[in-house]
Amino acid sequence: MLSAPILVSAIVNGLLTGSIYALVALGLTLIYGVLHIINFAHGALLSAALFAAFFAYQKAGIDPYLAVLVLAPAFFGLGYALQRLVIGPAARGEERAMLLVTLGMAVLIENALLYAFRADTRTIDLPYAFKSVDLVFTFVAVPRLISFAVVFVVALVLWLIMTRTDTGKAIRAVAKERLGAELSGINVTHIYAMTFGLGTACVAIAACLLIPTYYVNPSAGNAFVLIAFTIVVLGGMGSVPGALIGGLVIGVVESLGGFFFGESLGQAGIFLIFIAVLLVRPRGLFGASA
Amino acid sequence: MAKFHARLSRRRFLASAAIGAAAASSGTIAGPSLLRAQGASVKLGLLHPVTGALSYSGQQGRIGATMAVDEINAAGGIKALGGAKIDPVLGDAQSTPAGGTAEVEKMNAAEVSCVIGGYASSICLAASQAAARYELPYVVDVGVADSIVTRGLKNTFRFGPGFGVIANTALENLTLINDQAGKPAKTVMIVHEDSLFGSGLAKLLNAQLPAKGFQILETIPHPTPTRDFNNVVLKIKAQAPDLVIPANYYNEYVLLARTMLEQHVRPKAIYSVLGGAASSYKFVREFPEAAKYIMDCNHWFNPKSAKALELKKTVEDKGQFYTYELYMNYTAVMLVADALEHAASADRAKLTAALENSTFSGRIMPYGPTKFVNGQNQGAAPVNTQVLDNDIKAILPPEFANAKVVFPMPA
Repeated sequence: MLSAPILVSAIVNGLLTGSIYALVALGLTLIYGVLHIINFAHGALLSAALFAAFFAYQKAGIDPYLAVLVLAPAFFGLGYALQRLVIGPAARGEERAMLLVTLGMAVLIENALLYAFRADTRTIDLPYAFKSVDLVFTFVAVPRLISFAVVFVVALVLWLIMTRTDTGKAIRAVAKERLGAELSGINVTHIYAMTFGLGTACVAIAACLLIPTYYVNPSAGNAFVLIAFTIVVLGGMGSVPGALIGGLVIGVVESLGGFFFGESLGQAGIFLIFIAVLLVRPRGLFGASA
Repeated sequence: MAKFHARLSRRRFLASAAIGAAAASSGTIAGPSLLRAQGASVKLGLLHPVTGALSYSGQQGRIGATMAVDEINAAGGIKALGGAKIDPVLGDAQSTPAGGTAEVEKMNAAEVSCVIGGYASSICLAASQAAARYELPYVVDVGVADSIVTRGLKNTFRFGPGFGVIANTALENLTLINDQAGKPAKTVMIVHEDSLFGSGLAKLLNAQLPAKGFQILETIPHPTPTRDFNNVVLKIKAQAPDLVIPANYYNEYVLLARTMLEQHVRPKAIYSVLGGAASSYKFVREFPEAAKYIMDCNHWFNPKSAKALELKKTVEDKGQFYTYELYMNYTAVMLVADALEHAASADRAKLTAALENSTFSGRIMPYGPTKFVNGQNQGAAPVNTQVLDNDIKAILPPEFANAKVVFPMPA
């Protein structure tokens, strides 16, 4: 039963799933790299974005891939406002307090979604959802190929923002030395909010890519975020290429793990990697040394 | 001063966030847990997991139970008690056994005559045990674990079928369907979720299917939630079994069926036992292509009962799905109302005695005559369904069937 085509199919499948993990991890790693907090609200925001993409299609008939153009800026604004108006003022610069605030936000957002939309699982049925491309050895669903491509574009854009724009330089400066950045005239509050906004926009894009083949309920986002934490550690905190490659690696590990050891044990491999990286190379594959 | 204010506002924010979170998680937002009305009435505790992981099923159950209460009250209440109205005391089990037990305590304090509901086996087990301490009758709405009615609790009743009966009927009917078609199916793959329900069923199938002439090629467990079924489907594709038997909850069931369609995997049949989505109108409406021809052995209403169809129409007119949680709770409340008429009393002991001797006809469910032995209704039975013509039809037993089985499914 272990023929080469099946093995290749499993790897392809892992790469496709991994690309979505990577996108969720991109948002997380940005926020971690700059604000030095683990954003516990990331999963809840992903659930909220999934609902937004769902209703955009259900109520307004907007295709999820077009909804990206509206939802990504909208969630950027939401993230910016959350950091600027809620997390920042509430935490008063204390990183531990920020962590608690995001945890509180996660609980609030998730329960607000539960109250508003109930725990009912919803899906959308796009005309092309079941279209698949025949790669001879396997069929690959068109929506998954699209998301694979989009993730690379998003990663490239993020990388360009980080390396080529003033905002990107400011973000990196704040990440490296907050006090120094502040002394050289960078508005740290603004940069924090920009970073949180970018991270939240990544989540909105991930939601639009997921909804054609996945489902939404108030806790749907959580499943991705635990894995995204692992990817952030593997790829290096705050590293864009790290999150991308880490995501793909984790996707393939999960897929092959599931294939050889059963779905129940498939995720064990991910967390073994997590522990191994922390032991051997705590700064991750692409992380700058401390 | 400004600093003081800022700190105060942060504290206030944190405190209100914590209160909000606590309120949301304890379900107080979802509805007051105790509702009371005025005048001579009989209090019935309606216990459902309306928040937490099982909240969709719990909310469906609550809709069914309260519809029955409204209908009884609108028709003049309990006649043997001088037209006493039923006063529902709503409780949220929060999808945990402990939550269910806590609500039973509250309901007991509110002096209910009976508790109805629970939904999940684990909640039913704990809540009925708690009710037994107060000799408070407990009617299980869905919970299928056999142990619910084998503990010797005098207060616990289940109108619907238990797991053992359902699994045996499912196996007999599978063999029957295969035999009638000339035994085209010989090999089987089982895909099951790895908790008590799925693993228990997989074990039972592994023990019994070979004796019925089926060869089990592989049994694949997976956790809940599972986000991706591509690997599982690859394995199915590689071994090409005649039958695929999924035993999992709604989300995973739907993902599996969708992935099979995506990967062009078409076995001779998909046959499930208490399948998470197989007999769900929601699944059929949302993914008609993936749901086509899927068979299931599950709780189901009697499609030949005018009363069941009338209720279906009322529910669908309200924009709700006619799920088994809904009509099983409706029926459970009707069973208790019938027992109240016979007991002519809201007294717990008299109501328990009336339930023990109940001959309630049910009408909505396709059951045999009602006879409770150790709290289990002996007439309860599941139905085999199949998704045909974008609808769910009953195919077995013959006396309740409204369609003929299509097997093997057309290519």
